[in-house]
Amino acid sequence: MNGRHVDATVPARTLLVDFLRDTLGLTGAHIGCDTAQCGACTVHLDGRAVKSCNLLAVQADGASVVTIEGLTAADGAMHPMQAAFRDHHGLQCGYCTPGMVMSALDLVRRDPAPTRDHIREALEGNLCRCTGYQNIVAAVEAGAQAMRTAG
Amino acid sequence: MYAFEHLRATDPADAVAKFSQADDARYLAGGQTLLAAMKLRLAAPACLIDLQRIAALRGIAADTAALTVGAMATHAEVAASPVVCDTIPALAKLAAGIGDPMVRNVGTLGGSVANDDPAADYPAAVLALDAAVHTDRRVIAADAFFTGLYETALAPGELITAVRFPIPQQAAYVKFPNPASRYALVGVFVARHAAGVRVAVTGAGASGVFRVPAFEAALAARFAPDAIDGLGVDPAALASDLHASAEYRAHLVGVIARRAVAAALA
Ligand SMILES: Cc1cc2nc3c(=O)[nH]c(=O)nc-3n(C[C@H](O)[C@H](O)[C@H](O)COP(=O)(O)OP(=O)(O)OC[C@H]3O[C@@H](n4cnc5c(N)ncnc54)[C@H](O)[C@@H]3O)c2cc1C
Ligand code: FES
Ligand code: FES
Repeated sequence: MNGRHVDATVPARTLLVDFLRDTLGLTGAHIGCDTAQCGACTVHLDGRAVKSCNLLAVQADGASVVTIEGLTAADGAMHPMQAAFRDHHGLQCGYCTPGMVMSALDLVRRDPAPTRDHIREALEGNLCRCTGYQNIVAAVEAGAQAMRTAG
Repeated sequence: MYAFEHLRATDPADAVAKFSQADDARYLAGGQTLLAAMKLRLAAPACLIDLQRIAALRGIAADTAALTVGAMATHAEVAASPVVCDTIPALAKLAAGIGDPMVRNVGTLGGSVANDDPAADYPAAVLALDAAVHTDRRVIAADAFFTGLYETALAPGELITAVRFPIPQQAAYVKFPNPASRYALVGVFVARHAAGVRVAVTGAGASGVFRVPAFEAALAARFAPDAIDGLGVDPAALASDLHASAEYRAHLVGVIARRAVAAALA
């Protein structure tokens, strides 16, 4: 769990997102829908973006889970992708943002220099009700660029 | 979601044994369909038998005649597999267009085929490629597998282990996605085999995925988009709902089929 070992016994029906939020107090993954469509709950499971509202906590047993909280450096510095969202005004209310950032990082894993079209395609599963997406796309492009520069 | 028991299966035989011992069990693959249904209380099994750790269900391999994909291969794995891209690129492209990246990272071939959603993408590939569905107890031909809306030839507790897709000479899948859900409003898979052409349509049928014999005969005679000009499907056999009327879907079937033939030739 964000690099830390966590042991817990949960009822089988506990969703991963509820385990993260209610048991571990990691409230960065948001719940925006009941139908696995909005992506606000996106986290990484063994390095891959998944919707934590549509997985059981037991499906993450033995796996590495990273949430938005796990991106921040020990000294509190933002991850380059988070910084890019701030710098490019890629958020308004911020509800969708943790999911957007986690999806963006999955994209950069697959394609370190994504085109704007590829960014839009990769964010298919993340809905935003505020921004109109333009600044999110700009932020992901800049975040990917910053990550390449940082190596 | 109602409470249930969660059991992990270690191999296919163990999964089938656990299923037969449990009362009201369901297999859990990626859970992208099943958990969503359980959250809405549309499904409430007493026991989930988790297939996630069964390595034998995961592989992707090909010989000269066919590509075999394990039931637990995720959509993302199929989309990115060099073996799939080399043998049946149309299948990799289909997998890359299912839902969104998060769904593709978790959802599986076996779950999609077993679920037989009338708007799902894989059933069109299984039918057009004349694939064989391998289970723990037998092999089921594609033409006998899909039996209706969310209905298949699988017996209770029968486990899909893999799907074997014969490698076609040319093939393509084109989908007209529902703009909100990305499921197929109409999706057409066209495959040209040595033995003839097969055309399968998903998203449109009132009773699920279906073949179009008139298109197949015309394309067998001449494999070109305009070979099916003037031919159509009967709207009476198509679905009509808030997303599209049967007549609109019937029109799209022709348009998308021509695009699929053009893509197969490209
Ligand atoms: C937001 C969203 C968008 C989606 N968009 C699309 C789309 O565009 N196109 C599309 O085709 N699909 C789409 N899907 C569905 C997705 O592809 C699912 O992953 C798939 O339908 C089911 O696969 P699963 O592994 O998640 O199966 P599960 O949900 O785990 O299981 C589904 C059913 O199959 C049974 N089952 C699973 N594996 C086996 C097996 N090996 N043998 C026998 N029975 C088995 C289960 O018991 C269950 O009844 C979408 C889903 C979501 C949440
Ligand atoms: S909460 Fe909407 S997709 Fe998970
Ligand atoms: S910033 Fe408000 S939902 Fe995206």
